[in-house]
Amino acid sequence: MERHAAVPLWRDVRVLTIVSQIVFVLILAIAAGFFYSNLSSAMRQRGLVTGFDFLERESAFEIGEALIPYKPSDTYARAFAVGVLNTLLISAVGIVLATILGVLTGVARLSGNWLVNRLAAAYIEIIRNTPLLVQLVFIYFGVFVKLPPVRESLEFPGSIFASQRGVVMPRPLPTETFGGWLAFIALALVAAVVVWVVLPRQPRFRYSNAPMLIGLGVLALVPLAGWFAVGQSPLDIELPVRERFNFVGGIALSPEFSALLTGLVIYTAAFIAEVVRGGIQAVKRGQIEAARAVGLTETQILQLVIFPQAMRIIVPPLTSQYLNLAKNSSLAIAIGYPDLFNVGATIANQTGQPVPVIMLVMVTYLAMSLFTSLLMNIYNARVQILEK
Amino acid sequence: MTASADTLGPPRTSVGVLGWLKKNLFSTWYNTLLTFVTLWFLWVVGSGLISWSLTSARWDVIAANWRLFMVGPFPPDQVWRVWVVVLFVSALFGVSGGVWGGTVRTFTMSLAGGYATLAVIALFVFPVSENLVWLLANLVIVLAAYFLARGRKGLQLWLVGAWLLGFILTILLLQGFVGSTWLPEVSTTQWGGLLLTFMLAIVSIVVSFPLGVLLALGRRSKMPAVKVFSILYIELVRGVPLVTILYMTQIMLPLFLPGELRIDNVLRAIAGMTMFTAAYMAENVRGGLQAIPTGQIEAAQALGLNNALVTLFIVLPQALRMVIPAIVGLFIALFKDTTLATIVALLELLGVARSVLAQPEYLGLQTEVYIFVAAVFFLFSYAMSFASYRLEEALGVGKR
Repeated sequence: MERHAAVPLWRDVRVLTIVSQIVFVLILAIAAGFFYSNLSSAMRQRGLVTGFDFLERESAFEIGEALIPYKPSDTYARAFAVGVLNTLLISAVGIVLATILGVLTGVARLSGNWLVNRLAAAYIEIIRNTPLLVQLVFIYFGVFVKLPPVRESLEFPGSIFASQRGVVMPRPLPTETFGGWLAFIALALVAAVVVWVVLPRQPRFRYSNAPMLIGLGVLALVPLAGWFAVGQSPLDIELPVRERFNFVGGIALSPEFSALLTGLVIYTAAFIAEVVRGGIQAVKRGQIEAARAVGLTETQILQLVIFPQAMRIIVPPLTSQYLNLAKNSSLAIAIGYPDLFNVGATIANQTGQPVPVIMLVMVTYLAMSLFTSLLMNIYNARVQILEK
Repeated sequence: MTASADTLGPPRTSVGVLGWLKKNLFSTWYNTLLTFVTLWFLWVVGSGLISWSLTSARWDVIAANWRLFMVGPFPPDQVWRVWVVVLFVSALFGVSGGVWGGTVRTFTMSLAGGYATLAVIALFVFPVSENLVWLLANLVIVLAAYFLARGRKGLQLWLVGAWLLGFILTILLLQGFVGSTWLPEVSTTQWGGLLLTFMLAIVSIVVSFPLGVLLALGRRSKMPAVKVFSILYIELVRGVPLVTILYMTQIMLPLFLPGELRIDNVLRAIAGMTMFTAAYMAENVRGGLQAIPTGQIEAAQALGLNNALVTLFIVLPQALRMVIPAIVGLFIALFKDTTLATIVALLELLGVARSVLAQPEYLGLQTEVYIFVAAVFFLFSYAMSFASYRLEEALGVGKR
């Protein structure tokens, strides 16, 4: 048999692949070089410098609220850390509350009660079809700023007050017996985990609710017994007291924090509700009918059939909603909450070094996003194994 | 077999209004409780809202600043250009409704209904103004175009061209020409209000479409250099908030470009939004690409098509058709995200709202103004998401 004529070089796929990649990289390099030379000449002209030396200088600006002690004589690096912590705080609290509200709304959306169902649908549609920024400025300038002054502040059940100065609520304060009570809690946790892990392996309990209920019982009763066992009450409740100009004691939330938190929670919960609804509806009808046919109770069906399968569908979109919440917290700049982006913009203005500051801010957000995705991917992998 | 005359009907409590009420509102004791709690909640919120909006709310702030809300600082004597653009879009919608029918027709008719409603409102708010004339002209042209084009399927391809041409003409007409007497230049810094909101969203989505398709193809490419670049770009952009990108293009774009090349605020914001949207567009398109069965590609290869031809004629047409609803969703998100341009000091709808509220005579009217802005966004977003839902059904996405 005669040999095939050699493919000419310009039609050889392997050669073409390599050549086109070289061309692609060259174009990228030329573009990058062009931008870089423009950037460096522009920065020279305007007296901008690269590098992060400015982080060590004194910041000389106030930040309204901080989780770590901060004063204007501290460095820019510390101011930046305050911003990062504020973003983490609002994201963490926001994610927890948005999940609770979102799951409730998602279940309400599936309710057999027509009125509840329609109300949930209206909430979801209105929130999802208006911009978050408009909601935030509405909640801040239209609601929180217009609250009455401290003297006439609104009072809610449980000693919660709302006024122009924000929201104050009671704070639990540990007393000296708190350490002893903490030991009881730790004991309860260990015992509950043991119950949850060991009992379901017994053939008797394999398909029963009992292990979960026993575990919950242990978790509730042991700390309760401990509360009385340690003698003196381990926690004091510090109630906020109204003074002439402001409240003393209790947990005080600034109007900016409250407005941002309210806005983010209401907005994200509407999206989470749709995720939850989609996940539950995606469980095939036949699965539920089959479960009923083999004699499972409704609770068991929810727990053993619907929930594990719905979770598999819910987790990936839920992750992206959590990430959206964290990224959306950057809108704080519109209402003056000192989050990462807001503090970053202030630093960029004050130092006149926007380039490194923007880079730093973006890298921080990126790190937060990647870290959250990593955690949720691990969790997602576990949920997937659980199902099969 | 016929039912005997004395067959009992179903119990009165299981059919009709009573049956519906029992089944949907009072089926169990906790459902009854839930119904009453919800009714009480609706009563408290609803009655408060209605009495406020009819008695103490000052809606005159909207009427007094209507032009600002719609076009912002666009020169008042040039506003006719915006109206001409709207007329053109109305005509295109009319023709589209006539040619395609179905959902598009529903849309055309809602548009006509919208013009009629606005005209009635305008009759009360601004009795003598050219707005009324323009609105009526729009109403006439939508209906005329619809009835002229009804059933002419042959126009379909022309229509797609007309929409694309309309996009370019719109920008030329709004922008005008330097030194021209009857079409003087209106630089993009003078665009504002709802007009700017729409222009930001439309220009960004149109420009980001080809970029997104390229990035999606790049991400699935077998060439490592291209693949790595695409993945890096997409993941980096998706990992940071839009505000930071807008801020970056606002401050750093001028530094990246040669000194002679000056681009204004609006173009910088569009550049930022395009960069951002391209990454999300790429992920949507990738979803469509992944849904193409391998058999399609293998069949095309068996027929002797090379890689480029397979992508261009077999994969992309099917994939893009499948992601149309997702792209509409992306457009809605982008439309809402244009409000972020306020943070970099652009006067789009929310920016105009804030500048109106800064005027001393409208101090303290945040509730009214922001409810109006939210209502405008809701109207357009809800209409678009409804369209996307109908489109999904019409295209049978996920059903074949």
